[in-house]
Amino acid sequence: MSEKRKIRVLVAKPGLDGHDRGAKVVARALRDAGMEVIYTGLHQTPEQIAETALQEDVDVVGLSILSGAHLTLVPQVKKLLRERGMEEVLLLVGGIIPAEDEAVLKQEGAADAVFTPGTALENIISYIHENIGQLP
Amino acid sequence: METVQELMRGSRRALARLITLVENNDPRKEEIMERLFPHTGKAYLIGITGSPGAGKSSLVDRLLAEARQNGSTVGVIAVDPTSPFTGGAILGDRIRMQEHALDSGIFIRSMGTRGSLGGLSRAAREAVQVMDAFGKDLIIIETVGVGQSEIDIVGTADSTVVVLTPAGGDSVQTIKAGIMEIGDIFVVNKADLGGSERTVAEVSMMLDLKEEPGWRPPVLPVVALRGEGVAALWQALMEHRRYLQSGGLFESRRRERAGRELGELVEFLVKSRVWESIRTQISLDELIEAIALRRQDPYSAARELLRRINFPF
Ligand SMILES: Nc1nc2c(ncn2[C@@H]2O[C@H](COP(=O)(O)OP(=O)(O)O)[C@@H](O)[C@H]2O)c(=O)[nH]1
Ligand SMILES: [Mg+2]
Repeated sequence: MSEKRKIRVLVAKPGLDGHDRGAKVVARALRDAGMEVIYTGLHQTPEQIAETALQEDVDVVGLSILSGAHLTLVPQVKKLLRERGMEEVLLLVGGIIPAEDEAVLKQEGAADAVFTPGTALENIISYIHENIGQLP
Repeated sequence: METVQELMRGSRRALARLITLVENNDPRKEEIMERLFPHTGKAYLIGITGSPGAGKSSLVDRLLAEARQNGSTVGVIAVDPTSPFTGGAILGDRIRMQEHALDSGIFIRSMGTRGSLGGLSRAAREAVQVMDAFGKDLIIIETVGVGQSEIDIVGTADSTVVVLTPAGGDSVQTIKAGIMEIGDIFVVNKADLGGSERTVAEVSMMLDLKEEPGWRPPVLPVVALRGEGVAALWQALMEHRRYLQSGGLFESRRRERAGRELGELVEFLVKSRVWESIRTQISLDELIEAIALRRQDPYSAARELLRRINFPF
């Protein structure tokens, strides 16, 4: 008998900024929504993030970026995920991201969704539920 | 199963996918485990347990460095508790091990206790077997030493390390029953905080009271944060391994594990088949109502259920 599939999410903070309060709030909200959240702490390189996503076989990667380096970091993570055969993983970005950058990230197919500060946590949760597709 | 072949060819993605499938009790799981079985039994299994915050993950991080220096490839299964209320979990053991994330000789997997059918020990043991078939030399399981299933998992490892801290004078008295018995090696971590000599002495005294012949577990002061005492821990692990292998204990431990495994699987198969039949054939509401209203006793209700699904009983 198969058990109900658990959604697994990697919450990671790439780059140099040292604030992970927002990332932790999101991690707890996802846990409370019944998901398994792998939390890896600060200062993760895109390589570490992609490799962790692979080992943990996550369905979703959530990046918290406050440093302003999202235009380089997000496409890098996406590329490394693709190289590992994980293009179907949902890539979500949270942080202070101007609307025009959001458009760029989505157009390039790097980010599936962008959540700016103040986004209701329920929106993130329902976005995941709606977009995760039929899990194998 | 293509994924199994990919695993045999060394695909880390396949390793990760297969662990997910066995953890989720996928319908293909039995076939997967059958296919993997001939390739298992080679890895050495180390269990690490202790209270939350004792420094287990930090210690695993240091052991990884030690193992790699000695030429071993390593798989890690890090277990954190699942919330019984939401079914969710925050799995944070990796935070301490991320410097190894890019080492292709190391594969780290986080697991929630989930409290699923058949229990954590089945899921963790099967994940161990997948890593074993993949070819890891050494597999380390980290669990919080609270629940019985967590203790069971590490208790069936080849070598079990119990991590303590010098937290106050009454530390040894408050060690959870059942934990002292499973330790092959005791670590008193956070020795930098002071008071560790006393804890080492107290634990040693307790172990000497038992006066059992054979292996006397060493008690080692360690500072996982700075890596102090980790080389000694590694030596102790290798010594315990030699001890098991020279005295035939290795085989008897593995036989014990096989027995436990068989028992767990029988239980799991019976339980899941029975509930599946009940769920698809019978509505429980009536019987539950009858018991609640005290019109029928639970024993006869249970027997009636099993009779209705033709359970040979
Ligand atoms: N002072 C001190 N703190 C340590 C030591 N080892 C780990 N810690 C700290 O103890 C806390 C818990 O460590 P962690 O490895 O996550 O413990 P676990 O819950 O048992 O896995 C962290 O803040 C570590 O930095 C040590 O040797 N000395
Ligand atoms: Mg830990």
